[in-house]
Amino acid sequence: MQLIRAFEEQVRNLSSGGAVPGLVHLCAGQEAVAVGICSLLGLDDMIASNHRGHGHCLAKGADVARLMAEILGRRIGYSLGRGGSLHIFDAANGNLGTTGIVGGGIPLAAGAALSAKRRGCRQVAVAFFGDGALNQGLLFEVMNMAAIWRLPALFVCENNGFGEFTAIEDVTAGPDPIARGRAFGIPSETVDGMDVLAVRAAALPALERARDGGGPGFLICNTYRYGGHHVGDKQDYKDDADAKAWHLKDPIERLGRRLLDSGLASAAAIATLKREIDEELRTAVELAKAAPAPAANDLGVHLYA
Amino acid sequence: MPDPRPLTYRAAVLEALFGEMRLDNSVILMGEDIGAAGGVFKQTEGLFAEFGGDRVIDTPISESGAFGIAVGAAMTGQRPVFEVMFGDFITLIMDQLVNQAAKIHYMSAGQFNVPLVVRTAVGVGGNLGPQHSQSLHAWPVHIPGLKVVMPSTPADAKGLMAAAIRDNSPVIFFEDRMLYNLRDAVPDGDFVVPIGSAEVKRAGYDVTVIATGRMVHVAMAAADLLAKEEISAEVVDPRSLVPLDLDTLVASVKKTARAVVVDGGYRQYGVTGELAASVAEHAFDWLDAPVLRMGGADVPIPFSKTLEPLVLPDAQRLARDAAALVRGQR
Repeated sequence: MQLIRAFEEQVRNLSSGGAVPGLVHLCAGQEAVAVGICSLLGLDDMIASNHRGHGHCLAKGADVARLMAEILGRRIGYSLGRGGSLHIFDAANGNLGTTGIVGGGIPLAAGAALSAKRRGCRQVAVAFFGDGALNQGLLFEVMNMAAIWRLPALFVCENNGFGEFTAIEDVTAGPDPIARGRAFGIPSETVDGMDVLAVRAAALPALERARDGGGPGFLICNTYRYGGHHVGDKQDYKDDADAKAWHLKDPIERLGRRLLDSGLASAAAIATLKREIDEELRTAVELAKAAPAPAANDLGVHLYA
Repeated sequence: MPDPRPLTYRAAVLEALFGEMRLDNSVILMGEDIGAAGGVFKQTEGLFAEFGGDRVIDTPISESGAFGIAVGAAMTGQRPVFEVMFGDFITLIMDQLVNQAAKIHYMSAGQFNVPLVVRTAVGVGGNLGPQHSQSLHAWPVHIPGLKVVMPSTPADAKGLMAAAIRDNSPVIFFEDRMLYNLRDAVPDGDFVVPIGSAEVKRAGYDVTVIATGRMVHVAMAAADLLAKEEISAEVVDPRSLVPLDLDTLVASVKKTARAVVVDGGYRQYGVTGELAASVAEHAFDWLDAPVLRMGGADVPIPFSKTLEPLVLPDAQRLARDAAALVRGQR
């Protein structure tokens, strides 16, 4: 979680300074969801991410330098620096990609789950999407098929309260969106998405059930996006008191306190960990910044397999 | 080459599916009513009995979601053949096709392949009306990353389906449902027509007729009519629209010095425009006349028995216009 937070802070600085082409969507505040889920996945389990996906990529094992390089548009990046933040694929770590289409990764994860089921293995596939995707019809088509075919899939909604610049309440009908999973007979649970241990506790049985052939699960993890929709968003639509309340639930602070209180880690050990992460990140950023941009002849490569 | 025997277009595609599914366990079929029901055109008959529901998967009527699942399956080791019942319904899978399937190999810098086939039945006929008669092949040909094939004969249908399934990129396979009962010689056993190879279906020297899909048969009939007027027409079938075997098309036009392009899709901003422009670009100095285009009427396709036959080019009109071209009257 600390690596994701520090990574996003770096991206924010680089983006504000004009070093990042295009738009970037940061996940600071939402780290507990990516880490809680991915800490339960093996290398061959699959995930499909979304437009706010750096955390998912890192939690699933992405190389920090290659990820940063892709965001900066450098040739050593995951897409030769041609995809950027919204189009990061990491096959070696089971990552089916971040995506620029809201909800676009959901069927890809279900398709990976179909493959896993055909192979008869215990692999699972997880689709991460935001509350904005709760109103994409694609989600319900895929939930229906995942349920009837008992696919080993987990649908994870990161509900940060805003779809782009619009509050979820303004665009979402019904008393509670968790009913949308239950309508398909999918075991569904709402989770405190600011608590990494709570996310793990909810995901563990859902993933085990999926691995055992029991079909998909659905989690709504309530969380908060510390930044705007993208870097540069002035966030006029946010309420200050609301933001303050969410910051008090910060997932990294909470886990840190819990580690200290339980005696599992000392303050010095946590400080050392943070230093090591900063050092790793510094090296990765330098490597990425020094890497060349794609060459002109990379324009047409990989059009057809 | 294995011995050919007469087979319908429908049976030829089916033979390719049986062959590829027996060869490769990762080939799966997905679509509506394709399992126990055997397909609305009987185009998947017998597959469910041999391969079962694990490989011949009946989907709900959820084209977008089901096709997205096929894309994810293709990224992770399967080779799905996804059936879109009517060509008009490819509009429902467009986001997954254009924004995901076509781009994933490129966006992932080759980490993921998307080896899938979309097969869909197109064509005017049978009074099915505006939403079940269109030939929308001009949509996917616009998108880099997709391959598009359009077989006109049973042999090409078998060979191109085998090639499409073995291809590691997404291939859209447009089959004209009015050709399903067409019977012609089809090679037995393993038979592949390479994607991106055009074929001269009839040799001639006065005018080249470049025709796609069902229009190849209209062109052949027109060539018979032209022969009676002492005009020799060469009929060239691109077979694949992307990649396009432009060399074969241009070689023919350089020989005849005149070209007519005939396609069953809408004419406006359509396949005829691209083919005519490409030929003109590469054979301009050889041309004795402007390149003529004939396409479907630019109207929603009426179900009416009197109006529907007016939508597509027919052999008489094609022969008349081609003859005028040859005689310098256009």
